[in-house]
Amino acid sequence: MSQDFRLENIGMVNRNKKISFTFNGKKYFGYEGDTIASALIANGVHLVGRSFKYHRPRGFFGVGVDEPYAILQLERNNERDPNIRATEQEIFEGLEVKSVNCWPSVNFDIGAINNFLKMFFPAGFYYKTFMWPPSFWYKIYEPFIRMAAGFGEASIKHDKERYEHKYEYCDLLITGSGPSGLASAYAAAKNGARVILAEDKPRYGGSLLTSDVNIGNQTGVEWSEKIITELKSMSNVIVKNRSQVFGYYDHNMLVMSERISDHLPKTQKYLPKQRLWYIRAKEVLISSGSIERPLVFGNNDTPGVMLSSAAKEYMKVYGVLVGKKPLIFTNNDSGYETAIEFKKNGVNPIILDTRKEPYSDIITEAKNLGIEIKYSYVVVAAKGYKKVKSADIAKISDNKKDLSNIENIECDCICVSGFWTPSIHLASQSGNKSEFNEKIDAFIPKKSKQKENTIGSANGKFTLEETINEAFDKGYEVSNKITENNNKVSIPTVVEKKSSEHDKFWCVPLPKGKSYKRFLDFQNDVAVTDIELALREGFRSIEHVKRYTTLGMATDQGKTSNLNGLQLVSDIENKVVPQVGHTTFRPPYTPVSIGAIVGREVGKHSKPTRKSPMHEWHRKNNAVFVDAGVWLRPRYYKHGNETLFEASKREAKNVRKNVGVCDVTTLGKIDVKGPDAAEFLNRVYTNAWLKLPVGKARYGVMLREDGIVMDDGTTTRISENHYHMTTTTAQAANVLSHLEYYLQLVWPELNVNVVSTTEQWAGAAIAGPNSRELLTKLFPNTDVSNEGLPFMGYKEADLFGIPAKIYRISFSGELAYEVNVESDYGNFMWEKIMEVGKEFQIQPYGTEALSTLRIEMGHVAGSELDGRTIPHDASLEGLVSKKKDFIGKRSLSRSAFTKPDREKIVGVVPLDKTTSIPEGSYIVKDPKAKLPNPKLGHVSASCWSVEYDNPFSLAIIKDGKNMIGQKLFAMSPLKNKTIPVEIVSSHYVDPEGKRVRA
Amino acid sequence: MLYIFCPHCGSRSQNEFAYGGDATVKRPELNKEISDQDWDNFVYLRKSPRGKHLELWHHISGCRQWIKVERDTSTHEIFKTYKADELTE
Repeated sequence: MSQDFRLENIGMVNRNKKISFTFNGKKYFGYEGDTIASALIANGVHLVGRSFKYHRPRGFFGVGVDEPYAILQLERNNERDPNIRATEQEIFEGLEVKSVNCWPSVNFDIGAINNFLKMFFPAGFYYKTFMWPPSFWYKIYEPFIRMAAGFGEASIKHDKERYEHKYEYCDLLITGSGPSGLASAYAAAKNGARVILAEDKPRYGGSLLTSDVNIGNQTGVEWSEKIITELKSMSNVIVKNRSQVFGYYDHNMLVMSERISDHLPKTQKYLPKQRLWYIRAKEVLISSGSIERPLVFGNNDTPGVMLSSAAKEYMKVYGVLVGKKPLIFTNNDSGYETAIEFKKNGVNPIILDTRKEPYSDIITEAKNLGIEIKYSYVVVAAKGYKKVKSADIAKISDNKKDLSNIENIECDCICVSGFWTPSIHLASQSGNKSEFNEKIDAFIPKKSKQKENTIGSANGKFTLEETINEAFDKGYEVSNKITENNNKVSIPTVVEKKSSEHDKFWCVPLPKGKSYKRFLDFQNDVAVTDIELALREGFRSIEHVKRYTTLGMATDQGKTSNLNGLQLVSDIENKVVPQVGHTTFRPPYTPVSIGAIVGREVGKHSKPTRKSPMHEWHRKNNAVFVDAGVWLRPRYYKHGNETLFEASKREAKNVRKNVGVCDVTTLGKIDVKGPDAAEFLNRVYTNAWLKLPVGKARYGVMLREDGIVMDDGTTTRISENHYHMTTTTAQAANVLSHLEYYLQLVWPELNVNVVSTTEQWAGAAIAGPNSRELLTKLFPNTDVSNEGLPFMGYKEADLFGIPAKIYRISFSGELAYEVNVESDYGNFMWEKIMEVGKEFQIQPYGTEALSTLRIEMGHVAGSELDGRTIPHDASLEGLVSKKKDFIGKRSLSRSAFTKPDREKIVGVVPLDKTTSIPEGSYIVKDPKAKLPNPKLGHVSASCWSVEYDNPFSLAIIKDGKNMIGQKLFAMSPLKNKTIPVEIVSSHYVDPEGKRVRA
Repeated sequence: MLYIFCPHCGSRSQNEFAYGGDATVKRPELNKEISDQDWDNFVYLRKSPRGKHLELWHHISGCRQWIKVERDTSTHEIFKTYKADELTE
């Protein structure tokens, strides 16, 4: 298709590089530097979507971030990307985009029937229409709404693109590279400040790209190019384009999303698709500019109605005509600039000015060019369905209430200008309470809460001279505060045309007998009548009106609609806008892709993976790993075709029969040192610690202040003032913080230091009846007899030349030892144990066998110490000292914790001795009782007892001690199982604990 | 994200810290009789003031010291930070 609307001698796109792309399956051409919007307009395409509610045809309204209409879906590199603004997305070779919110096609859309059913879609229709009968909700209303709602479809595939996060610090962050951004960045950078200048668009310069102005002896464009080139060459400046600062957070932390590869056919090697910058700035200058306001009239949403500044930018930046018979509808001088640009490019516009007798340089210039101007004239309604074909225009009375001389004139686009709205979003997010400025009929920032200043048109300064002077001054002032340098650059002189005052008029009254829809919010189809209805129904707060009518919601967040909405509410309420106030601006300023927010922390990368020094050995020996917190631990070692169940049974049996070895490196280890270490442990643990001799270990339980068990483990007295504490794998970090809390804040008088040594030691638990014989061979020079190294004893020994520590402690309930060596020797230790252990039938065992062994012994672990149990519940009350005080002791005497029928740990065996009880099952008396069936407790852990060869579970049930011997039921509604069980002691194997002492 | 001045390390981002609650809560002394009510107040009851609040932060990914931070809970302004054993004003 030929580019009928492309101008020859104007624009900044690269004419030497033609680019082809498809829109709704049809092939089009554009040039490098075009956006989808500019390329489609060049090809005469104006219908790109359908509106949210009524499915009315949608074209292009703006030229940047404010675009409410042209939201498309992009297919790139086999990925689907919804919510793409056609006005921002640059085209690349092979780009495929399509319309959303229409079916079967954008040209013929079934949903458009909603347009004729408007009376069913008034303000708040979803609160009214889909209410009755309630039974319709799940099956009829909700699926219907879900199908109809939203723009585009998110990809359901895994996103293979790479997104990165970057942290940056600077003296001064400047958001926007328009005249104020450039001038302030230049002044500050020359004064030695570290500056980041962020520009949302690909091209720097902001309004200078489209204004007919001179700065110094250069045009605005030349000046901006010169400044940018110089800034880029300075080592204290970072200049970024395609980068949107979208959020202003606490303590001057701003977040910016940089679109690195979105404009390329494919993400380049070593580069991410997008990068999220977390920028901590000492000072911020917000130079985000302003957005033109629409004027409101009948059918003002018809494709071809657009902002006049957008029409000008399409000509000057992209060399594209938005129409060949333009009608300019304006209440200020900005419309004239667009008209003059049309005229210069050989197109004859007609200007309708709502003002009666305006006078300014620009107006004179337009007149001199022979442009037809109609004063006190308005557009009453746009005509045409899929594109503007003509407009009803009329003369408006001086009081702006009455229309006369209504006539229809032919046109193919209507460029509207209702003056300018400063983009105060970032300032507002920073906590700056804005104030309404009567002169410009808009809010501007007032008093800073954080270290920010707003400059340029974002601060309501609409002449270039004011802007440039303010920006140079601010750039110097702010940088001087930080760097204390005094290098002031001279401010260039500015040549610009003077404007006259704008007209406050913004909404054209309806002619008699007509009921045109006059839209305020173009993305959500919110019309004047919707706001009127909401107010009639009693909504007063602007926040409520917003949510009830959806004014200013969705992806464009009302960038073009908010102020007109406020105007209307204040007109109806007979208030002034500042009394109505504005809705809260929240980040993000523009939509940010979820991928960018997540960054590289995806899947396995969301947390570091910790591996023991013996990891490689496990891997080579067919270990199947399981995530234990951030650790990878062998779950079982697979022999041949073994299942998890078979392997864990084999491994556990071998521990009971011969000897097994388990990697226990992951256990938390904390060194506790100092003259008051014993006293400290005595306060931390529930049992007594003052008399533990050197060379002995003790099992301890620690509580939180609320009496709940926090963690358990053994602690060994290595020397007089040195203890080696072990914690569970999961609680290691919490326990360390807990100890530090008490040492630093509660009992600073105790002379104790704690430090984590988890990664300093590699640990191997050697368990089973053959373990002592194995130890004898591993440590021939050390007495490991029952007398030489009794249960809970500790010894330092020599393992083939390597210093090792032996703790005689047991989790499996068998005769067992834990050997620790420095981490780097871990693999050596493990290989020696396996080598020497061969003759004793040693086998490594994983966490599954480990669980089996501890469950049938009735040893508690994380599934019992689940943050709800006190020592009594886990049958640990014997470890609670009655004599001394400790953390959490006082809580144990609270009434709920001393009830006679308090929960207690028990063992559970199925009566048929074959059916495994699912973990989490409820224990009940009567499986057929009326619901809700009163539960006695729950099954916390299940295993297959290798000692008795039948299933065995642990449960924590009410009055557990007195339930032993009772026949009850384990119910798992999830697994749909009801299993008759017998309650037994939790110590199923070796209840006297003979084996560990053997 | 807050920017917290650690008296041991300097200014660091909030993500290096863990929050530790009200810094004015004093643990009852060991081995001392205390009523159920007083103990409950210590364990469970915390004020949630709007405005100045002296609170604990743990520099968990830094020096591992607990520090006291005087912060405005509505504006997040941080007035002063103290070492654990420093007297607060």
